[in-house]
This record gives sequence, C-alpha cells and structure tokens, in this order.
Amino acid sequence: MSARRPVTVPLRVEPGSDLPPPERSAVLEAVQACGNLPGPLLPVLHAIQDRLGWVPPRAVPLIAFELNLSRAEVHGVLSFYHYFRESKPGRHVVYLCRAEACQAVGAGALEAHAKRRLGVDFHGTTADGRYTLEPVYCLGNCACGPSVLIDKELHAGVTPARFDELVAE
Amino acid sequence: MSTTVYVPRDATALALGAEAVATAIAAEAARRSLELRVVRNGSRGAFWLEPLVEVQTGNARVAYGPVRAGDVASLFDSGFLEGGKHRLGQGAVEAIPYLHKQLRLTMGRCGVIDPQSLADYQAHGGYAGLQAALAMDGAGIVKAVTDSGLRGRGGAAFPTGIKWRTVLETAAPQKYIVCNADEGDSGTFSDRLLMEGDPLCLIEGMTIAGLAVGATRGYIYLRCEYPHAHAALNAALAAARAAGFLGQSVAGSGRAFDLEVRLGAGAYICGEETSLLESLEGKRGQVRFKPPLPAIRGLFDSPTVVNNVITFASVPIVLARGAACYRDFGTGRSRGTLPVQLAGNIRRGGLVECAFGVPLRTLLEEFGGGSRTGRPVRAVQVGGPLGSYWPASKFDTPLDYEAFAQQGGMLGHGGIVVFDDTVDMAAQARYAFEFCALESCGKCTPCRIGSTRGVEVIDRLRAGDRPAQQEALLRDLCNTLTHGSLCALGGLTPLPVLSALEHFPEDFVKPKAAVAAGS
Repeated sequence: MSARRPVTVPLRVEPGSDLPPPERSAVLEAVQACGNLPGPLLPVLHAIQDRLGWVPPRAVPLIAFELNLSRAEVHGVLSFYHYFRESKPGRHVVYLCRAEACQAVGAGALEAHAKRRLGVDFHGTTADGRYTLEPVYCLGNCACGPSVLIDKELHAGVTPARFDELVAE
Repeated sequence: MSTTVYVPRDATALALGAEAVATAIAAEAARRSLELRVVRNGSRGAFWLEPLVEVQTGNARVAYGPVRAGDVASLFDSGFLEGGKHRLGQGAVEAIPYLHKQLRLTMGRCGVIDPQSLADYQAHGGYAGLQAALAMDGAGIVKAVTDSGLRGRGGAAFPTGIKWRTVLETAAPQKYIVCNADEGDSGTFSDRLLMEGDPLCLIEGMTIAGLAVGATRGYIYLRCEYPHAHAALNAALAAARAAGFLGQSVAGSGRAFDLEVRLGAGAYICGEETSLLESLEGKRGQVRFKPPLPAIRGLFDSPTVVNNVITFASVPIVLARGAACYRDFGTGRSRGTLPVQLAGNIRRGGLVECAFGVPLRTLLEEFGGGSRTGRPVRAVQVGGPLGSYWPASKFDTPLDYEAFAQQGGMLGHGGIVVFDDTVDMAAQARYAFEFCALESCGKCTPCRIGSTRGVEVIDRLRAGDRPAQQEALLRDLCNTLTHGSLCALGGLTPLPVLSALEHFPEDFVKPKAAVAAGS
C-alpha cells in the first residue's frame, strides 16, 4: 500500500476564478466604477453589458460576491429586465418596435419580413453571427414609425425595402 | 458676420437623417468658403417637417423642411442663408400654423435653444423660476405649485402640490426627488423631446422641488431606449454643475442639491412609481403595496417626491410667472397646458402643446391632418397601451382628465395613436393582453396569469369557438384584473380590451362562412 499523498481541498471556490479574463475584468471594472453607488446592481449590470454585449450567467457569483448580494438576487434582477442579455448576441442587435403606434403604420408586416429576411425569430441570431433580432416596446419615435434601432442608431419610417438596405450595409 | 443655422439633434430628426444634413451643410459651406455656425437644437415637435433646418435672418428664423442631405446644395443655390425661396421653404418658423396655434408654456424652449448651452437657456428665461423659488421658503414654493393646479403629467393626474406638501411635512434626515423618465407608453415622446431639447428645464424643476421639500438628492430614472436623451441630460448636468446651479450651494444659496441619471433596462412596469423605486434600489421592478405612500416612505425608505418629466418641467414657469398665470389656462380641474403627442397613422405627427379643453377632433384634424395613409380614421387610442380605443363618435370629447374618464377613457400621458380603417380591433385587444403578459411584474395573480388566459380567450373568440361563452369569460376575466391588481398595468389592461369589444364588436365575430368552412 502506497503512502497517501496529502490533497488540498479548497473550502470554497474563489468566485470568478473560473471566468475567462475579459469577463472577469469587465465585472471587476464595473464594480470599481459603480459599486459604491446606492443601489448599485443595475448600473453594474449596464456597465458589464456595455463592455461585453451581454452578462454571462457564469459571472453572477462574482457580481454577487463583489456587491455582497446573494446569487439569487443577482440572477433575479438579471432575468427580470428585458434589456439584459444572458446569451451572447450577434455583432449587431436589431431592435424592432412592436408597440401600437408602429403597428398602426405597418410594424406587423415589417416584423414578418424581418424574421423572413434574417431567417430568425425574435431573440435569435443569424447563422453568420451578424445580427440578433429583438422586439422592443416603443423607441419614442411614434410619429414616424415603423421604428428600428440598430445598435445605437435609430431609423424612422422603415419599410421592408428600407430594412433590407439597413441590414445589407 | 457668420450666419447661424439650426439643425436638430433630436432622436426623431436624427432617425430621419439630420446628422447627414448637418454634415452636408458644413461641407457645402466650406466648399463655398462661407462662414456659418451650425447649432444643434432640439426639435420643435413638428416631426412631419423633420429634419427642419432653420436659418437666423435678422429677427426671424426661416425654416426649410423636410431637408435631406441631397437637398443641401440646392438650398445654398437658392440663397437659404438669406432666407431665399426654395421648394422646401416653410417661411418664418414661428408662423408655421402647426406651431403658431400652440400654447407653449412647458415646451417653449424646445427647438429654440441650444440644449447644451446654459447661456442660451438663461437668455430664454431659464433659471428665473429657481431665482423666484430661492426667495421663498419650502411652504411658499409648495403653495405656488398647489395654487397653479398642476397635476401629475405622467398619467395619474394627482395634484402635484399635495404630493410635495406630504414630503415637506414628513420629517426625515434624507429626502429624495425622483423623476420618472421611463416613458414607456407607445405613442408618447414628450418626455424625450423635452430631455433632448431643453434638459436644463427638467433639472431646474427638480432643483426647485428639492428646495421645496428639503431634499438634497435627486435621480432621473431614464429608460435605456433613449440614448440621445441620456447624452443630452448628462451634458446639461455637467453644465449646471459647472455653473453652480447644482452642488453644495445651489446658485450661492448655501442649500445643497445634486442629481444623477440612472438607466432602466427595458421593463415597462418600472414606469409605475413603486416599481421604479425598487429598480433604483437595484432590485427587480416589482410593485410595492401602498400605503406607505412613496411621499412618506419611498426611495431607501425615505420621503420621496416621484413626478414625471413634464410635471417637473412645468414647475419653473409656474414659479417664474406665478401660479395664476398657469392656472388661468385650462378647463374644470385640468389647469394649464398638456403637451399632446400625435402618433401612429397620422399625416402631421408630432407634439402639440395646448391648454386643456381643446376637443380631440381639433388635434386629429386641424393639427394632425387626418391619417397618413389618407384612409378614414377608424380608431384612436389615447393614453398609451392601457388607454381606451375610441371610435370617431367620441372625437368631440375635450382634452380634460375628468371628461375623458367620464367617457370611459383616460388621458394619461397625452399620447394619441391613430389607426385607419384597415385595423383589426380584435387583434389590438389581443395585443393588449399579450403586452400585459410580457410586462407583468408577476406580483398579482390576475395580471400575471390572467393576461395569458386573456390572449387564449380572445383567440377562441376570434376562431368562433362558442363565442357567447368566450365573451362572458372575457368580461369576467377583465373584472378580476380590474379589481384584483395592485397597479395600473393589471388594473387598466381591461380598458383597451373592453373598449375595443364595445365599440368594434364586428371585429370579434368570425364571419359565418369562415366558421362553416372550418378555417
């Protein structure tokens, strides 16, 4: 019988130690920038998503640890708000307005066209990883719909033909 | 002397190509060796003319619109810098009937000034309200706001002065001023227009509120769908802070007030004030029980004034010109003005600020010019996604909170969405439930689950599956939502549903032939 080698079993995995470095630094820098605000969780999640384009669920333990919250609290907030993404989006996110004012000028037909053109449903990403299609409920451009927001750029009066031009650019 | 040219940086103007127009104007001027100054103003709200380019000529500003980048060279050729004739010429901007016929009290500077310039703001009456407020005590400011008759412009129309008095009279070491800029109602954009076109007006209104109730900290809870408003607010905050209008000693008064912008994250429910407070505290935006009222225990358990953008932005003029001057406009218990937003299928969409009392028809026809498609207007929805769908027979209702309520409607935040005769009202009713299901915070069962059941019932009704029973079930479900929900989302979703059913029952009936064919 060979001698038993001593094994070190960590009491607890250090939160975030398994995160890829870019994600880890995105979280730590967000906490550095916004962690001291009163009610810091939304600003922190925004800062992470601004940096990465999404909030990886595997980052939740580190966010919770840094802000002295439970993982459940962070997960609860992350999953409550439509804007926060828990999956990696395509290179561009196309937000298509589905609200009443845009419906009144053909948003329904545009929605059907966009899904066909990109070959995805809402929340889906095109096969080439270029576009993610998301619904949005009002962009405040209600006098000049149908409205589409691509990344941070707003477009008015988007017909199916104009949509094709926008995604071809 | 160089000429001043105005090209809006408003989000709608940008969406219609204003950035390319501004670039083309600068490039064309350089090519022709002309000196000119391009000011990026907000929008005046005549969106059907955007991008609306204005040129300062003598005392008047001459307008051209809608201008595309391709029109710029021909504008120069026509001598637009001297107000020359051009097919896009609209004449003196103030004389455009759409603008001339409005009564601009709250939105008077939108589109006129450079929103980033404190000097421009002050040259147009900015901070006169704060100066007046600094000469009063808190109770005096609250009295002025109460006497003006100003009611919450976010939709609930609660008297602003009474809310402020509650906060003033609640003793606490820390109080807060919170601006609800989560303008989520479809068909509304007045908050956005003001924040992009005159952000200092909102900041001034919140500062006055802080002085009135003894709050030193403020938050603007802005929806993240408004990136341009975000940038405009942050620039204005920096300007106000640099000039000493925010900080430890507001305008040298020795009294502190400062504020910051916080971004929402796409949850419609956070436009409800208690959800908004939860969200500001970094939590899920779930509705709170009332009482306690936010005025007594609001943000971080402290007394908090929560008002809409337009409410705060109406305060400076009340203080500057006196309560009576504001109260003298309007009708019944609706005093002052309301910035109405004409949206959807409308020919001349945009912002129309007018005194309460104007009939809905005047807005739709005289200002709006009927539908954009040229087809008959079949329905309008006033007051956002929770507002009633109305047929033409109700278009003579005057703009007045009580008159709208009496007709089974809701004025809300003043958004008017127009639909032509191609609209399927059963589909609109179904959408109201679908939206409620998507945006419910989940606290109340009737809203969380009833909304999904509502979609199913309407689907069966439209399919002609035992319609009489479905309709009874639908009404029963709506009754449960109305009486079993804490907030307006669950409580008012029945409004669009039942108003569509009442006024447009023919859309809910499947044609007999289709039932027989089994399709």
